[in-house]
Amino acid sequence: MKDAVQFKLNGNPVSLEVDPGRTLLWVLRYDLGLTGTKYGCGEGFCGACTVIVDGQAAHSCSLTMKQLAGRHVMTIEGLGQNGDLHALQKAFVEHDALQCGYCTPGMIMRAYGLLLQTPSSTRSQIIERMNGNLCRCGAHKRIVDAIEAAAAQMGGGTR
Amino acid sequence: MKPIDVRPQSLEEENLEFDFSGPNADPGPAFPLHRREFLKLVGGGIFIFCASPRVLDGQEGRRPGREDRELPEDFNAFLRIGEDGTVTGFTGKIEMGQGVVTSLAQMLAEELEVSLDSVRMVMGDTGLCPWDRGTFGSMTTRFFGPPFRAAAAEAKAVLLELASQRLGLPRERLKIKDGAVSEVGGAKTISYAELARGRKILRHVKGARPESAAGFTIMAKPVLRRDSRDKVTGRARFAGDMREPGMLCARILRPPAHGARLISVDTSGALEIEGAQVVRDGDLIAVLHSEPEAAARALAKIKTQFEPSGFSADDKTIFDHLLKVAPAGRVIAEGGKPSDGEEASEYRVDATYLNSYVAHAPMEPHTALAKVEGSKLTIWASTQTPFPLRDAAASLLGMAPDNVRVITPFVGGGFGGKSNIRQALEAARLAKLTGKPVQVAWTRAEEFFYDTFRPAAVVKIKAGMRKSGLITFWDYSVYFAGERGSEQFYEIPNHRTMAYGSGWGASEGAHPFGTGPWRAPANNTNSFARESHIDMLAAKAGLDPVEFRLKNLKNERMRRVLQAVAEKSGWSPARAPSGRGYGVACGIDVGTCVAHMAEVAVDKSTGKIVVKRVVCAQEMGLCVNPEGATIQMEGCMMMGLGYALSEQIRFTGGKIHDVNFGTYSIPRFSWLPQIETLIVDAKDSPAQGGGEPAIICMGAVIANAVFDATGIRLLQLPLTPERVKDALARA
Repeated sequence: MKDAVQFKLNGNPVSLEVDPGRTLLWVLRYDLGLTGTKYGCGEGFCGACTVIVDGQAAHSCSLTMKQLAGRHVMTIEGLGQNGDLHALQKAFVEHDALQCGYCTPGMIMRAYGLLLQTPSSTRSQIIERMNGNLCRCGAHKRIVDAIEAAAAQMGGGTR
Repeated sequence: MKPIDVRPQSLEEENLEFDFSGPNADPGPAFPLHRREFLKLVGGGIFIFCASPRVLDGQEGRRPGREDRELPEDFNAFLRIGEDGTVTGFTGKIEMGQGVVTSLAQMLAEELEVSLDSVRMVMGDTGLCPWDRGTFGSMTTRFFGPPFRAAAAEAKAVLLELASQRLGLPRERLKIKDGAVSEVGGAKTISYAELARGRKILRHVKGARPESAAGFTIMAKPVLRRDSRDKVTGRARFAGDMREPGMLCARILRPPAHGARLISVDTSGALEIEGAQVVRDGDLIAVLHSEPEAAARALAKIKTQFEPSGFSADDKTIFDHLLKVAPAGRVIAEGGKPSDGEEASEYRVDATYLNSYVAHAPMEPHTALAKVEGSKLTIWASTQTPFPLRDAAASLLGMAPDNVRVITPFVGGGFGGKSNIRQALEAARLAKLTGKPVQVAWTRAEEFFYDTFRPAAVVKIKAGMRKSGLITFWDYSVYFAGERGSEQFYEIPNHRTMAYGSGWGASEGAHPFGTGPWRAPANNTNSFARESHIDMLAAKAGLDPVEFRLKNLKNERMRRVLQAVAEKSGWSPARAPSGRGYGVACGIDVGTCVAHMAEVAVDKSTGKIVVKRVVCAQEMGLCVNPEGATIQMEGCMMMGLGYALSEQIRFTGGKIHDVNFGTYSIPRFSWLPQIETLIVDAKDSPAQGGGEPAIICMGAVIANAVFDATGIRLLQLPLTPERVKDALARA
């Protein structure tokens, strides 16, 4: 049964006629054309589908549309502003913190969530909080370096 | 990467200059399009065609059961200087994270003296690129790089020739720089765009010489990836991001175990889901729906009965099974008389090494979208082998290969696993059956189920030496891993290396499920066994492991690399076990010499190994992009921690128990050791492989470090806490 679900997506209000039992990941990818958020495991083990919900990193593969009503979702597409990369995105580019790039949006959104919560995260906090996001190419070292650099650049702010 | 503009452009026919050298002037059937059609698609300008030499690939190049097509006679890549002056490289190779989208562009930018940002690459599109066998075996830079650079050098010669005519100056008075040809010490200048405009010049490489290493300004320099911006913004397209109007998502009925046979099926339940469509065609039973979740729900409503397979081995008994079914062996290398060496030996060490099946587990599962329009089929696929896929799809659907186009967007990791094209053939079949565009996106469980695992394998080694530490004989037998990396490189007077069965293919009844090439196929298994064994000999001789290796090593490249890693890691000689937890190992893969040093800590109560530091030195000949090569080395080491410490597929018969990351544990951030890399300079020698070598020693270097820490010798990968605890209890 379809229902109207209203929420905020990357800063803009959205109203969707959708089965409220559907999963955010698939609605983003198939209904809204936001394919930056990736499927990796479907069970919350890999973090490829990480988005921000009300300021916290969350697995979009494990959230129903019903749970999202009235909340604010931010995806990788909403992180940059006016065509400018966010400090985290810049740091990933400058550190070559990616290879195949499939896990990258999830990594960046997880890191963004981390820095929203703990702006001046230490290296060991970064490693601990990123631990649920998997990268098979082995870019881990550079990802940690990039997040550290971005945190320093952001100086406690969100950009 | 900017998309290439392939709109037809109007051209003056009289400007056509065909200059195909060689007996076969027509590109022929190896090329997907007829020349006229091709020229219409790619527009005007200056084209230089090149061919990599016929390469007798190692075993990783052979794909049993598929057509083993040779490279085309005439060319398998080309570059274009477009009418706007843009340099574009066209190749059937694909980008899956290994970074060739950057290093290949570097080659063109270097020779043609244009900025790297301005070079475009069109990759893995069978409609625009010439035939290519596939992207694997670290072959892109090694075999494809030299002709690609020669093509760029030829383009430079053509530009100088054209500029000489246009400017009325001899070629010696001209130089190229920043996309233009200009007069040396003068004011005359003409851009590539002006030279290429309104023309259509087609040439084969005739022998222009590429720049030598001494003159490099862009190659052999560290360069950041060119695809990062798209990848950090979510704009980069992978196969699963492709959409076509009216597209259906397919979910396919899978057996519970490999070898299980379908007895009965009732698909009526699936149709209770509104909008669901069921397709049955022989062994293929699928549910299609516009929403992926609805397709999954409908699939779950199908009732089935399967008859189990007769295969009974499991992850513990598989090794005995493999030894039992092993075919006759092949001699890989031999020298001297092993029996003489055996008699001359004063110390003797024999051991058997085991390793389990390991999954590729790329973060992007196999995905494809297929669309049939009239007599034409288009497939967007995550694949390492677009051309073999094109041919297989054409043959499956009874179409001419020319009518099938495979487009490869960015591939989300391959590691050998995406040479398996099953998902794309499923999508093609369903698109033909339904007449609609069909997406097949494997779930993680399907990805594990149909993965072509690194094969479980057994290695038996017998070796002996003098009390002085000189090895006198080496008798080596590898079962089912494959031969890559099995041939030892130490100075051993009497030796024999045998391989029984190959890593995949041919051996019917050996493995309960698919096996295939996995990053540096066979070499992880062989290097684990060889370097563990060398370490045991060193300990027996009472010598430091680095000193022992050098004592038995004459290969100059390997000596240099081993000494380099010892120096970089600050190795101080000690007999193992020293209690420090230091290990060393070395090996050769795809022409590259690597050596590793690792430092570990072992928790004796839990059996857990923590790898604290890994240092790797690598000599890979000319290194086109040191930044890219370093990233590959780091990635190899991090990925290698998995097969060394935790990764193994558990199974009973054809039933696979590990189907997601909840139980199949791959390396994570918390495993991150201090990683250090060193590329040993050899830029005047030919480029060797870079994407795989640094993974081959990870099993051995950690096992050797564990021995140094604890005195226990582990002969089976992965080195799980249970195995460590068992070995400690037995010690």
